[in-house]
Amino acid sequence: MAEAKNLPRGDLPTGARQHGPATGHVVSVRILLGVWALLLVLTLLTVQTVISPWADFGSRMDLYIALAIATVKAALVLLYFMHLRYDSPLNAMWFIFALFFVALFIGGLIGDSQQYQSDLIPGYAPAMNP
Amino acid sequence: MAESSANRSGSARGLYGAEPDNYLTHTRGVASWLFTLDHKRIGVLYMVGVLASFLLGGILALLIRTELLRPEAFIMKADMYNTLFTLHGAIMIFLFIIPGTPGSIGNFVLPLMLGAKDVAFPRLNLASFYMWLVGAVFSLLAIVMGGVDTGWTFYTPYSTTTNSAVIPVVFGIFLIGFSSIFTGINFIVTIHKLRPPGMTWFRMPLMLWSLYATSIIQVLATPVLGITLLLLIAERVLHVGIFTPAYGGDPILYQHFFWFYSHPAVYIMILPAMGIISEVIPTFSRKHIFGYTFIAYSSIAIAVISFLVWGHHMFASGMSYMAAAIFSALTFAVAIPSAVKVFNWLATLYKGSISLATPMCYALGFLFLFGIGGLTGLFLGALAVDIHLTATYFIVAHFHYVMFGGAVMGFMAGIHYWWPKIFGRMYNDRLGQIACLMIFVGFNATFFPQFVAGSQGLPRRYFQYPQQYQWYNVFSTVGSYLLAAGFFLVAGYLLYSLVRGRQAPANPWGSATLEWQTTSPPPVENFAEQPEAGDPYDYSNLVYDAVEGGYIARGPSQGGTNG
Amino acid sequence: MGKTHASSPLPPVEAGHNPHLAHHFDTEQQQFESVKLGMWIFLATEVLLFSGLFCAYAVYRSNHPEVFRWAHVFLNVKLGAINTVVLITSSLSMAWAVRAAQLGQQRLLKICLVLTLIGAMGFLGIKYVEYKNKWHEGLLWAGRYQPTAEAQQELLHAGQRHGQVSAPATAPREAPQSAPATEGDGLKIERSLILLPAEGPAGLKAAGVGRVAQLSQQVPKQLWWFFGIYFLMTGLHGIHVIGGIGAISWLLVRSMKGQFGPRYYTPVDLVGLYWHLVDVIWIFLFPLLYLIR
Repeated sequence: MAEAKNLPRGDLPTGARQHGPATGHVVSVRILLGVWALLLVLTLLTVQTVISPWADFGSRMDLYIALAIATVKAALVLLYFMHLRYDSPLNAMWFIFALFFVALFIGGLIGDSQQYQSDLIPGYAPAMNP
Repeated sequence: MAESSANRSGSARGLYGAEPDNYLTHTRGVASWLFTLDHKRIGVLYMVGVLASFLLGGILALLIRTELLRPEAFIMKADMYNTLFTLHGAIMIFLFIIPGTPGSIGNFVLPLMLGAKDVAFPRLNLASFYMWLVGAVFSLLAIVMGGVDTGWTFYTPYSTTTNSAVIPVVFGIFLIGFSSIFTGINFIVTIHKLRPPGMTWFRMPLMLWSLYATSIIQVLATPVLGITLLLLIAERVLHVGIFTPAYGGDPILYQHFFWFYSHPAVYIMILPAMGIISEVIPTFSRKHIFGYTFIAYSSIAIAVISFLVWGHHMFASGMSYMAAAIFSALTFAVAIPSAVKVFNWLATLYKGSISLATPMCYALGFLFLFGIGGLTGLFLGALAVDIHLTATYFIVAHFHYVMFGGAVMGFMAGIHYWWPKIFGRMYNDRLGQIACLMIFVGFNATFFPQFVAGSQGLPRRYFQYPQQYQWYNVFSTVGSYLLAAGFFLVAGYLLYSLVRGRQAPANPWGSATLEWQTTSPPPVENFAEQPEAGDPYDYSNLVYDAVEGGYIARGPSQGGTNG
Repeated sequence: MGKTHASSPLPPVEAGHNPHLAHHFDTEQQQFESVKLGMWIFLATEVLLFSGLFCAYAVYRSNHPEVFRWAHVFLNVKLGAINTVVLITSSLSMAWAVRAAQLGQQRLLKICLVLTLIGAMGFLGIKYVEYKNKWHEGLLWAGRYQPTAEAQQELLHAGQRHGQVSAPATAPREAPQSAPATEGDGLKIERSLILLPAEGPAGLKAAGVGRVAQLSQQVPKQLWWFFGIYFLMTGLHGIHVIGGIGAISWLLVRSMKGQFGPRYYTPVDLVGLYWHLVDVIWIFLFPLLYLIR
């Protein structure tokens, strides 16, 4: 079983590279600049959606559109600037796993707080419910 | 099979062949301990710290119980009483139980069980200990500054308006949160990346599954506590107006924030203890663990489902009825994985060759006490029942049964199980059994009457109570003195063993996990030679050797079943 | 189990052994991947830290949308957008710095780190300007909410522009009583506003509870909720930016000593991950706080 000792510990490394310097993936300049340009365009888009009078979808739609665009921007940063696209999928899994709990937290609280608003008695907390 | 040097008389030869060289003796001096990167030493540092916290929290508890001997004021005033139960809760929870098992036993045992030389990030490990230490100092500072009287839950608006030393305690707990997060990150990466060849996920000892699940909760839940405490400090200092009604805030929001962490936190407390039980029971039954896969998956299930049930602490808070009903239903779900574990442990015991060494006594005590604690949790999960039982002594009894009867009994089992490995000494097993009995009887005497008193309406955190409850309180207090005596006995024989105990063999209990394949105590590098991973619950080739005073491997293993 | 054989002890450190390989790792690949995984888990904890604030935002905005609609008038969208561009560009320079370190381009590495630092400090500078404006206008969190007369006029004008306020602006309404005991912790509750218990439930039905519709006809009072959340979120984010500045400066010092190259650039990579996360959080903060119509 001597060969077993040469096997790496833990989960197998990505690409089964086991020796040599750990260089990791190098992102090309084209991708760096391209992502940056795309981020700026999306920022412009998101600002225009709110400012310009011809794109008035109402406050709620504004929020959804803005969040959708923000999600796309964040995904670009995560995938390319932060190498998630080229890394072990375990890293991405952890991040997304955490996002589930964020969604649970926020969703749960919005739901409950909206439900108990009708129970609040005006005047009992003067600053909160005049 | 040739016996390795590790199996001979429990001590490896040092460089010059003179005295045994191990992690305790390798370097000397205070600095070598304060700046150590060795996970074993860090584990010992944690152990000293958390046990000191346990002592402090325990003394506070004894003072509380003594005060409650009389229905009216006895040895203190009301404000002091509020401060005492707040500090008892905060110290026990944040300074002892949450960091306790992962920080002390976990740090020591995890790399050894993996046949590794250290955790993934040794410096982060040391940082985690120092965060704990600084956080503990801040919390103790609060005692000097007159204490906190809000209850360990720091509910607003009282906590944002009271004059007591809330900010030092809250800031201390915030720092201890970082300690928790760093430990969690370390354990997760170590288990992912430093397993030895041949140890797949389903050939790991179950202790590691438990520590992994604990770490998931530590890294995901603790930051929410962090932000909650920061907001509390901001509220007190700046009057930001997010939690206090007078400034327009919402106190129920605070409770949601707080319990989103604090419910998963109780599983941080219990999961490592369950992992210890999963190691102790098979070893002292000489029988393969029953239902390995189920126990492994149930650990992860507990970790995930624990995030879904926090609202059951808030049934009477003003939360909406719809949310209350949903949380009640989910709370029943979280009991299922725990029950799965208990069934599997019992099945392991069945037809096993039981030996009642001290660790096993604690493990059996755990089964009984955690069973009661868990079942009473189901009473409390039922929404209609909880409305009556909440904020009574029923709750106090429930959580003491699970936290003390569960987590602390598990911790004690672990201390007694790994004591020979950590310090290289055997303790007096007979005294251990006696102390365990004292603790078991004392514990039940202390907390069982509280179930009854609570169901009869005695509220918790009350300084004075009606005359009719006095008998329960007296019984409970006497029980607590017996409980304390048991712990002092434990401290006595354990400390005695450090100076006069028999030298421990490598494998005194005959366990099959990897940490027993090195000397007791281990050398700095953990293993003189790389151990090979096999089935961690296959005892077929371990026999007791009278000369060695422990177990050694004779012949090839018969190949245990996995599951 | 339990096979022990007389195999060789663990190999001693070879000559030419990479000084950056810790003793408990077997290969550099394993160490690198472990460190990255550890960093990603830490980033997950940061996300959860901020999630508390996003949650508070979500709760207050979903229950009191009119407060947010009114209050955002005081936030300068232009400055916010500039800050976004600045942060995105500093993310570019940070990612480029990682690439430079991987390729051993020492000079480019230092330049990129300096550019990132400039971006970070520019961000803080603009934030300082914004905060200063708020301070002067008295638009702060609940404990210190005292909008100046000009600020209230501006609010009413904005309301008129959007057809929310029908009557012309009268004398500026009084600022709500800020907490009287700012140094102590005692609270003065105005007794007159607390209904007697017998009146409570009946008063509920009479007053019309919950999210009262008529708020769209007048300026809502609790604008301080928005500013409290604004300062908390941008404040915590700003603290992280300051931490990032410290970390990047440390990288700069180390890169000036030539410590990074293709064989070892892990700290650059890790600080880069942290900085990108700071950017991602701002990417969400910006529309949520500034872009409310």
